[in-house]
Amino acid sequence: MSEPIVLQPDETFILNVGPQHPATHGVLRVKMTMDGEFIYNAETVIGYIHRMHEKMAENRTYAQYMPNLSRLDYLSAMAYCHGYVLAVEKAASIEVPERAEYIRAITVEMNRISSHLVWFGAFVMDLGGFSPLMYAFDDREQILDLLEAVTGSRLTYCYFRFGGLYNDVDDDFIEGTRRFIKRMRKSLKMYHKLVTTNVILMKRLIGIGPVSVDLCQRYGATGPVARGSGINYDVRRNEPYSVYPEFDFDIPVYNEGDSFARYKVRMEEMEQSLRIIEQGLDKLPDGPVNPEKKPKTIKLPAGDYYTAVEAGRGSFGIRIVSDGDKSPYRLKLRSPTYSNMHLFDEACRGMLIADALAFMGSLDLVIPEMDR
Amino acid sequence: MSLTLLNVLAAVIIAIAFVAANAAYLVWAERKGAGFIQRRPGPTENGPWGLLQPPVDGIKLMTKQLLIPGGVDKIIFVIAPVLAMFPSIVSFVTIPFSDTIVAHNINIGLLMIFVFGSMSAMALLMGGWSSRNKYSMISSVRAVSQAVAYEIPMLITAITVVMIAGSLDLMEIVHKQSGGFWHWNIWPFQKGLFNILMPASFLIFFICSLAETNRAPFDLGEAESELVAGYHTEYSSMGFGLFFMGEYANIVIGACLTTILFLGGWDCPFGLLPGVWWFIVKIYILIFTFIWIRWTFPRTTIYSLLNLSWKVLIPISLFNLLLTAGLLKVF
Amino acid sequence: MFRYFNDIFSGLWSLFVGMGITFQEFFKPKITVHYPHESIKMTARYRGHIELIPGEDGQPLCVVCGMCEKACPSNCISIGGEKPEGSKKKVLTSYRLDFTTCSLCGSCVDSCNFGAVRFSREYNLASTRKEDYHYDLLKRLEESKQ
Repeated sequence: MSEPIVLQPDETFILNVGPQHPATHGVLRVKMTMDGEFIYNAETVIGYIHRMHEKMAENRTYAQYMPNLSRLDYLSAMAYCHGYVLAVEKAASIEVPERAEYIRAITVEMNRISSHLVWFGAFVMDLGGFSPLMYAFDDREQILDLLEAVTGSRLTYCYFRFGGLYNDVDDDFIEGTRRFIKRMRKSLKMYHKLVTTNVILMKRLIGIGPVSVDLCQRYGATGPVARGSGINYDVRRNEPYSVYPEFDFDIPVYNEGDSFARYKVRMEEMEQSLRIIEQGLDKLPDGPVNPEKKPKTIKLPAGDYYTAVEAGRGSFGIRIVSDGDKSPYRLKLRSPTYSNMHLFDEACRGMLIADALAFMGSLDLVIPEMDR
Repeated sequence: MSLTLLNVLAAVIIAIAFVAANAAYLVWAERKGAGFIQRRPGPTENGPWGLLQPPVDGIKLMTKQLLIPGGVDKIIFVIAPVLAMFPSIVSFVTIPFSDTIVAHNINIGLLMIFVFGSMSAMALLMGGWSSRNKYSMISSVRAVSQAVAYEIPMLITAITVVMIAGSLDLMEIVHKQSGGFWHWNIWPFQKGLFNILMPASFLIFFICSLAETNRAPFDLGEAESELVAGYHTEYSSMGFGLFFMGEYANIVIGACLTTILFLGGWDCPFGLLPGVWWFIVKIYILIFTFIWIRWTFPRTTIYSLLNLSWKVLIPISLFNLLLTAGLLKVF
Repeated sequence: MFRYFNDIFSGLWSLFVGMGITFQEFFKPKITVHYPHESIKMTARYRGHIELIPGEDGQPLCVVCGMCEKACPSNCISIGGEKPEGSKKKVLTSYRLDFTTCSLCGSCVDSCNFGAVRFSREYNLASTRKEDYHYDLLKRLEESKQ
């Protein structure tokens, strides 16, 4: 006869939502101490996909490090490359032509929409609705085709160079993007009717996983997690960089702090990104995309440089400590998912396991970014 | 052997063959339907339009190793899948497909179908309990409370129909609805009775059959993305195959019952040519709706599910019962 | 009391709206590509593994300067060259690419001052052995000339 499940003195048992699980997006292990179906305590164990990106930077030159950044958060890779390129350009005082800045902003926003579409599909699939995933991926396919025609890659872009871009965009891209904007607006309306106003989904998300402002500030959560709790902070608005001050867009902020607020923040962010892309295409100036004189090997002057950009999941920061050599002395990556994830341990006490998984989905975790 | 015994034997064999063929080919229909809703083709490789996919899947399941994990309760573990499939095959014997095609009509046919339907809840409990796995235990607990909660409105709405028809015999119930779609039990006006809540009864019965068969959006028992596979995680090969086919057989029974009780059975919508083909068309439209609903909506949580049953469906169906009783008394 | 019925009706209506949308999608054309039976043509800038560009005389334009070898972050490229008698320039004798560590970053293409390498458009590259991905790009150039 089998042994009965060993219960702790207070009748709880430990459930291991292990590294291999359909609902944790990546390799993440959560050890939940459960009392029946309620979670008593949760402990996340990370590090299953630590690939030592920060150490690799110390052995490569600045130009050789570019592909690493796309592999960190592969869903919104452009924003990461953007942050790195801005940091190095600021430190080395390299001038970027205006056309390159506008194209960078346009491609970063398109990538943000594609990242949010993956989040949307995977989140609704975790909750049990399998069809919106396919519709979201169809829209995402249009973005990936457009970006592939320009950069050559679909997921891990290596498009930005110090001072400009790898190559220029052509008219096909501009027309294709305008068609895509129309199509995406129709799709967003369809998602609103199919998913957002659906009573089953609303019952599943409203009131689940409340995250207070205090909790966000203690853990340093940024991005849609913070904006869903009422903190009005977006790096594009509060610490403007590149050409974003020229664009007119809103930052969606909701005060409830539950999963539904985070969901609405991301859906509206997609609409605002469409506005930015439209304005970018209208204002796109002519000119070169690379500066005339580009140094062959970049050597940053000795010092400490930090730049932050708004990636798909929050504020991605990159800090370069240089001692004048062609490789950095130390490169530190501030990962937004790392700060957002650890809210889960404290916020999930007393939740049902199904609600905890919905909460994890609404935090939009990408584990390779967390573990770097 | 007398002719009636041969008749009965032939009818029973045909009923079993119908269930088995449906259980197998409904898998194909579900995958194709899911594919079309998601704008992709579904199975296409095996045979034209993927029609050979179910036999190929069956062969695959049968050639897998029948694993019984160490430490499970062996007897219960082995009986559970059989109990999932067996009651639905047996209940087929009393379902009338048309005036003349019925394996064996009993005058308490409806009661017998409900009795066998409740046995499938036992199968869930046994399957989850005997696998020595925390995930299975959690899911079977959820599934049993769901099954119990949704049987009540189902029975209450069935009683409403029985009161209107005056008998538990399924053929009688259909005969009372013959003559065109304005006589069907789903409409508010029939035989002088103006009961506005009958479409609500139809909806309640439909939702309850979704919940009884553990279909999305009420498939907490399986909950593929949360608890791996719920109460049938530990089953492999034909054990899993039997649970799977049992679910589809239950769907066919649910659709047949809904048609007989509310949609007039084998009655033609215009009262012209009643026959078994109308019955088949109606159950397949209902089965398509089951598939359509599964691929559209997310899953409910256990609390919204129980709230829906106890706070919404039961009050409305009780009210309808009282209303029908009152109207029958008055008119 | 009113809210109870309002919730029920608005909830039910949202479910019907959702079902209407999936019903429409049921009849729309399929968007997937049946890969082995149909395939897609790659765009002009698609990044497959690199290949040598032939000059007008059919010989590679590479002058064996070694910039691509130095620029690669993953040490994928190994070049060999020799200087034949009576000539000032080196001639390429071997150009090996280890595609298993390549990350398609484009540093080699960017760093070449002579325009000797470009991205090919190969994507049907599945194999069961690692050795199939150690490309000999000179041999590939010879084979493409025929």
